[in-house]
Amino acid sequence: MRRAAFLAAVLLFAGAAVPAWCSDSPADVDVHGQLTDPALQARFESLTKQLRCLVCQNESIADSNAPLAEDLRREVREMLVAGKSDEAILDFMTARYGEFVRFKTPLEAKTLAIWGSPFLLLGLGAFIVFRVTRARSALPLDDEPTPGPG
Amino acid sequence: MWKFLVPMGVFVALIALFALGLNPNRDIRALPSPLLGKPAPAFELSDVLDPTQKVSNARFQGQVYVFNAWGTWCVPCREEQATLLEIAKQHVVPILGLNFNDDRARAQRWLQQLGNPYTAVAFDPDERVAIDWGVYGAPETFLVDQHGRVIYKYISPLTLEVWQTEFLPRIEAARRGGGA
Repeated sequence: MRRAAFLAAVLLFAGAAVPAWCSDSPADVDVHGQLTDPALQARFESLTKQLRCLVCQNESIADSNAPLAEDLRREVREMLVAGKSDEAILDFMTARYGEFVRFKTPLEAKTLAIWGSPFLLLGLGAFIVFRVTRARSALPLDDEPTPGPG
Repeated sequence: MWKFLVPMGVFVALIALFALGLNPNRDIRALPSPLLGKPAPAFELSDVLDPTQKVSNARFQGQVYVFNAWGTWCVPCREEQATLLEIAKQHVVPILGLNFNDDRARAQRWLQQLGNPYTAVAFDPDERVAIDWGVYGAPETFLVDQHGRVIYKYISPLTLEVWQTEFLPRIEAARRGGGA
């Protein structure tokens, strides 16, 4: 009985010693810092590859060793454990750092110029090629080698 | 006619693009903050100088204030410190500091050695508040109006020139514009 009470006290104390902000308790993360749930770990890897590290702007937060990337990975991990959706996690990052944090630009009304311009340029190129070839084919075939004197 | 106008138009467009894109005064790493015009993220952290005291930006509600994120690991912050001291001497607005990703003892030594221009400095060792504010480097300086909205963000060390041309007019405008 005394032992049980002691054990309960120890457990309570251990629980209290974990800071309130530390939501990824050791049970969620293994010794290598990987999430123990493989589905969550897979989502973690995919999400961190889609997010830009703003300190070294051409690296993702999955690749970067910058302290900010490390802390953002922690945020992503915690949100996954808390049951947030991928969309909610990406929104969390865009609300703080802007669209630039996302390597994949979402297709929206304001990003239409980015997504549309390659097709526009392709169409323009095709139109020019069409115009030029048509103009050329309308020319008389006078560029054939003329038989020389001999 | 078109043979002349089309290449001319393309040429002018290219010149405009280069003028914008290759401007040496433009910091290509600086990003527009999505926080502009939005409410400043609320926080409550411990005071870097006195762990028993709390620092919260709710304390500055109803007044225009400057929010400056720094760390002792940040080399340009050292040169900025002199400017901040000058600005503090003008007593125009309170300066709220955020020491992030840092060590408390080191931050205290920094403030003792270089001087302390801050009304209060919040201690954010795991960078949670810095992330909420979208801070990705240091120093970064925000201006918050009396309604608690972020109205300006400046990335890289403050200079007195930047203070005069970018901050003071905005502070004036905020005070004139919004008694409500």
